[in-house]
Amino acid sequence: MKRRLLARGGLWLWVWAVLAFLFGPIITIVVFSFDRSNIETLPIRNWTLSWYQVAWHDEQVRQAFVLSIKAACAATVLALILGSLAAFGVHRARFFGRDTVSLLLVLPIALPGIITGVALNSTFAWAGIALSIWTIIIGHTTFCIVVVYNNVIARLRRTSATLFEASADLGASTSQTFRFVTLPLIATALVSGGLLAFALSFDEVIVTTFTAGAQNTLPIWIFGAIRLGQQLPEVNVVVTAVVVLMLIPIIIAARLTGRDTFSASSTRVPTNQS
Amino acid sequence: MDPAHGVSTLEDTKSGGTGSLRSSALGQRWGTAFLLTPPLLWFFVLYVSSLVLMLITAFWSLNGFTGNVTHQLTGANFHQIASGSYPAIIERTVVLAALVTVTDAIVAFPFAYVMARVATQRAQRLLLVAVLLPLWASYLAKIYAWISILERGGALNWTFQHLGLPSPNLGFTNGAMWLTFTYIWLPYMIVPLFGALERIPGSLLDASSDLGASSWWTLRHVVLPLALPGLVAGSIFTFSLTLGDYVTPLIVGGANSTLIGNAIYQNLLDGGNLPLAAALSTVPIAIMVAYLLVAKRFGAFESL
Repeated sequence: MKRRLLARGGLWLWVWAVLAFLFGPIITIVVFSFDRSNIETLPIRNWTLSWYQVAWHDEQVRQAFVLSIKAACAATVLALILGSLAAFGVHRARFFGRDTVSLLLVLPIALPGIITGVALNSTFAWAGIALSIWTIIIGHTTFCIVVVYNNVIARLRRTSATLFEASADLGASTSQTFRFVTLPLIATALVSGGLLAFALSFDEVIVTTFTAGAQNTLPIWIFGAIRLGQQLPEVNVVVTAVVVLMLIPIIIAARLTGRDTFSASSTRVPTNQS
Repeated sequence: MDPAHGVSTLEDTKSGGTGSLRSSALGQRWGTAFLLTPPLLWFFVLYVSSLVLMLITAFWSLNGFTGNVTHQLTGANFHQIASGSYPAIIERTVVLAALVTVTDAIVAFPFAYVMARVATQRAQRLLLVAVLLPLWASYLAKIYAWISILERGGALNWTFQHLGLPSPNLGFTNGAMWLTFTYIWLPYMIVPLFGALERIPGSLLDASSDLGASSWWTLRHVVLPLALPGLVAGSIFTFSLTLGDYVTPLIVGGANSTLIGNAIYQNLLDGGNLPLAAALSTVPIAIMVAYLLVAKRFGAFESL
């Protein structure tokens, strides 16, 4: 009994240590964003918001932010359309290729991202397509589709087909059934999938590097600034802002779909079957 | 091309009622095709064909004088990969990916176990959120944070000094890469592991202890085998993500920290040698395909 208690105490100690490991670095970044000094040294002597001001007025940061938002919005819309079409199709289908379709959709995030980047880059080079916001959107949509797909198909699998049959039996037209039965049932899954796709796109750097050319999305600006090492206090601020901004869609998505979001976020990497 | 339209055609044929059974089945098949065509078209035209083209590009070469790509098949790129510094880079990447995977598995297992089998429902929900939030926090932020922690005047050295210990000075080393990778991929290991542990029926554990097994024996011979698919599923993520990463080495790595991803990046974006970059890209693909085939035998796909 005593040993059992000890084991349990040890397990919880481990849990607390892992929690510290998970959150420590993120907290460190946030704390340093309020440090006046150019060079990060502990303890912090002067607290300031001035770097937030600098970042806010930085034209490059602003342009990068706008490009990221535009690309993420477009990729989200495309992913919503293509991902939910795929989910409806696969859900209805009773054909042998079902699993193949699931596998295909998951592939862009099951393989290392750099593969998607190089593959798209070689296609654009071969076809003579200049890198632009559209090439960024194509790359992002390709790996965002699966997030929407996962959310919608998880919901469809959990929804009984009798609901649609009842609607039809009671004389509803097809469009009425879709408008009043299907859509309300999958609405939160759609919103949640869209939010996750947006967050995924907004944060992406590995694929984007190969599809953006000379343009800066916000992550590419951050990556460049870290490597140059000249605007590090500003990087702290921008990175903190990104973390906070990304929390919003994630929390909303989690509220809307509960554990579905969770399984889908392990598909920030894949989940195809449940 | 909106989903509503696709569905309505499907419902039309389904709820029409008057048509014969065969024609409605046919209609359903057409409806499915109608739904699946746009996403599949996107994937085949933009993604699969790109992958194929990349594989072909790997057998092209760069004209040394003009810098243009010569569309003539040659195995020269693969000869180049098999020599010089590349085998060492590939080995370093695979070893690091394996180390990160093992570390994550060790760190994640007790945590996932508590989440799945010890915590109350409320605590379980909180712990889920606690894994979910870092998983979705900005990727670059998570890597960059480690500079602030590991650099010479960073948080880690500072803490060690105040505890009266010697400074570990981990900044910009391969050790820093290992720590950072372990950190950024940890949630990807916890999630599938938690799923697998949660699915184990409690009756099995009861049976094991009723039959006189010690908790250690139960862990070793009941829990671990049943958690294995989750463990393998998590390892697919940690391994694959490390294999293709080039950002972490550039931010927290030091000398001799070049990984396959960096070699691809340099050849393509700095050197303009697309064929060599494409050839290098086949290395992670080959490794991952082999890994996935092994993982499939462990039943990991059901836990993904």
